Amino acid sequence: MSENFEVPKPLSGTGGWLDDRFHGARGGRVLMRKVFPDHWSFMLGEIALWSFVILLLTGTFLSLFFVPSMNDVVYHGSYIKLDGVKMSEAYQSTLNISFDVRGGLLMRQIHHWAADLFMAALIAHMLRVFFTGAYRKPREINWLIGIGLFTLGLLEGLFGYSLPDDQLSGAGLRIFEGVLQGIPIVGTYLGFFLFGGPFPGSIIIPRLYILHVLLIPGLLLGLITAHLFIMFHQKHTQMPAKGNTEKNVVGQPFFPYFLAKGGAWFFFIFAGLVLLATFAEINPIWLYGSYTPVAISSASQPDFYMGLLEGSLRIMPSWEINFLGHTLTMSVLIPFALPLTIVLGGAALWPFFEQWATGDKSFHNVNDRPRNAPIRTATGLAAITFYGVMWAEGANDVIADKLSIPLYTITWIARVLVFVGPAIAFVVTRRICIGLQRKDRQMLLHGYESGIIRQLPNGEFVEVHKPLNEEARAVLEAKTVPALMPGPDSEDDNGVPPPQSHGVLGRAKAIANRAFAETVVTETNGHGNGHGNGHGNGHAVEAGNGHAVEAGQEEAAVGSAPSAPVGELPAADGSEDSPGS
Amino acid sequence: MSDMDETEGAEGAEGPVAPRRVIGTPPPAPRLLGSGDGPGAMAGSAGEASDVAHSGEHFKGKLPTEDPDPARSKRIEKMVAACFILAFIAGCGFIAAYVGLQVGSDRLGPGDNVVDAALRSNLALGTSLSVALLALGAGATLWVRQLMPNVEVVEERHELRSEAVDRQAFQEYFKEGAANSQFVKRPLVRRTLMLGTLPLLAAPLVLLRDMGPLPGTSLRHTVWSPGRRLLVYGTNTPITPAEFNEPGSMITIVPDGYQDDADALTKAAVILIRFEPGQLQIPTRYQGSTLVGTMNWTVDNIVAYSKICTHLGCPVALYEQTTHHILCPCHQSTFDAPDGANVIFGPAARPLPQLPITTDAQGYLVAKSDFTQPVGPSFWERG
Repeated sequence: MSENFEVPKPLSGTGGWLDDRFHGARGGRVLMRKVFPDHWSFMLGEIALWSFVILLLTGTFLSLFFVPSMNDVVYHGSYIKLDGVKMSEAYQSTLNISFDVRGGLLMRQIHHWAADLFMAALIAHMLRVFFTGAYRKPREINWLIGIGLFTLGLLEGLFGYSLPDDQLSGAGLRIFEGVLQGIPIVGTYLGFFLFGGPFPGSIIIPRLYILHVLLIPGLLLGLITAHLFIMFHQKHTQMPAKGNTEKNVVGQPFFPYFLAKGGAWFFFIFAGLVLLATFAEINPIWLYGSYTPVAISSASQPDFYMGLLEGSLRIMPSWEINFLGHTLTMSVLIPFALPLTIVLGGAALWPFFEQWATGDKSFHNVNDRPRNAPIRTATGLAAITFYGVMWAEGANDVIADKLSIPLYTITWIARVLVFVGPAIAFVVTRRICIGLQRKDRQMLLHGYESGIIRQLPNGEFVEVHKPLNEEARAVLEAKTVPALMPGPDSEDDNGVPPPQSHGVLGRAKAIANRAFAETVVTETNGHGNGHGNGHGNGHAVEAGNGHAVEAGQEEAAVGSAPSAPVGELPAADGSEDSPGS
Repeated sequence: MSDMDETEGAEGAEGPVAPRRVIGTPPPAPRLLGSGDGPGAMAGSAGEASDVAHSGEHFKGKLPTEDPDPARSKRIEKMVAACFILAFIAGCGFIAAYVGLQVGSDRLGPGDNVVDAALRSNLALGTSLSVALLALGAGATLWVRQLMPNVEVVEERHELRSEAVDRQAFQEYFKEGAANSQFVKRPLVRRTLMLGTLPLLAAPLVLLRDMGPLPGTSLRHTVWSPGRRLLVYGTNTPITPAEFNEPGSMITIVPDGYQDDADALTKAAVILIRFEPGQLQIPTRYQGSTLVGTMNWTVDNIVAYSKICTHLGCPVALYEQTTHHILCPCHQSTFDAPDGANVIFGPAARPLPQLPITTDAQGYLVAKSDFTQPVGPSFWERG
């Protein structure tokens, strides 16, 4: 550390003063040396974090000028087109922020863009964590916190863009109130309590305001802090690479590297948001006008993160049930509750489902490459497709307008696609994963294509394959496969089925386990640890018959890669290795 | 590791190389620290690092400070400095734009366009701020990636699970404390404590009661009453059937006396549609055994429907003249206007309620009564 400069007295003095009181030197040193693994996808969560910081900064500015009041005023401000119009103080103050406060328009637009970026980054970050299996033990709690953050973010965004009390946001609130009303038994009461009477009332904006600027940000801040502390305590995951093990963490220290990189990243994100706010107009509330329940503009669109709910409401066919004299409005309840439950509830349960199905209770600090966990990756893609279809359907009127496709046709396509799409995505993704695993296996066993063509004495031309270097090998070899449990119908020598596959649940577990344990086995015999050379014609064994490996077809086809391959074939020559040919 | 070029990065390495770097692997350049004896010795780091985990001694490898290419570093240093100076200039520009570019009618001259001024200010502030931030980010990035030696540190992970001894001790002490507290031994204390806290747990919910009135039957009624005039939305003037004589058109109607009352309009907004004679279908719809939507609710082929969508309450604002379809722009519930506003597509489950209308002594359109059924979104008590 102390190469050839002295730490300035004020700094060291302050440090000493603090340490006298807090005993911080040791912890501080650990903090400074904290290792942060480096990977582009690890920056996604940081985008969300920095967006949140920017939201707090710009939001504080906006709160200095915004008046959360629904009192009626007659506008005589800068924006001539609305002169003399009766509006709420909330809308008036938003107009003032846009036209009369220097930097107000910029801050409003940064705030809005940052909210969109926050949600987009959260989604991207969650997908990264999902597809690399970074939610696995010991990080399940942090995964759940992340889902909580996403849910709160949805609410925070909805309440936030409802505050200006313009025509568009009022329509959004009306829909929100309609959804509340549809909830069985307590719905009307919820609506009346929240809105202080019938819609729109005169108190919803102040109430949403305090939720938006205090309660939900407080919860978000608390959860984000917990998220970061847990991440810090458990240490970051890392991607498979040479030298990266379950027991170490390889990367760059917090001070000075990560500090500088994180700081730079903050500046870049802030700059990006300012650029958007400068050149890409967002939510021009002065064009929408003051809210009236009588009018609406066509092609009313919520912010993108509400697209799932908007789409699911649009896709739903008409359905209402009279239940013992009460109305169950399924065309509201199902789209409101089901897709979010499937996506967020499914995400929340997934880590535990996976543990149950794989029987894997071990710690995971090295992430999976998505291809090496075909069922997980396929499920993720199915979820993305499900979400994506709903999301696109949320803009069906825009699509209809831009592409000149009849509106109802789009909705019908979406109605079919929302069921068929995820199934197709699942099957296709699973096949692609297995295909990529085969390619990895090929690379490990025979090396990469060198581009050198050699003529054999018999006149045949072959392409020379060269072995991978150690780094590449390490990545390809870092594959963990769940252990295989006894099959659903297996019996021991005495004809007794194993206890864990008893019953419906046991059978389901055995079937799920076989799906999860499916892999392309690559056993590299005679391969010492860490020596990649001279392995051009190693002993290739794909358990089974070298064809597509299907779970449940034959026991020998599935196995756990690093331990024992179940069935070995003699060394295969190259031609046998491409199953398709 | 052994055949890697330590300072320059991936290119130029001798011997076997992968066809390309696989996504998910770190760039191959950095030096590894962790065992103290230079690069490539990572495997050997485990021994020392495990000391780290248990003895509380921290990792000893020092970050390198030697500079392999001082001339290049000097160049980079200047670039970094240039970035930071640019940030300074742009930051000054931001302040200058704030001071120099006025917005708002109070501060602008009479001839200035307020919207243009706001956009001009936005452009100047945004451009200068983003340049400043970009320059800071670029400078910091150059600094960390080009000036700081590229190192990687290996740190041992701690076992998260506590030592068995500690777990044991924790359990024992917890048992001890629980026994000492006599919480288990004295159920009377335990149960009365739980009883004592119960009302307080409910109290926060009770406190929310006054947030709003009970719904009562308010969702079933609107402000429409017999004889209340229909006013044209916007102009707030009453209208006679003769004035609304263009078949195929749709206008929005608000109740006289409530034209500015948002609470009332949320339920009472109405659309008025005039048909060609014979287009409007003679009522075919019954609810239970009662006839709803009969011709005596209309005047001269003019029919009044609730403008509030029965799905989620958006105003059904779009009317297609050729097909006579009323479309809600929010979720595209589509209602067949001549046929009692029945739902023909989309999520709405009920037709738009019809407002019975007639004319008063002056010949203006008035309501015959309130809606005969609740308007707007469904709710549990609706039945």
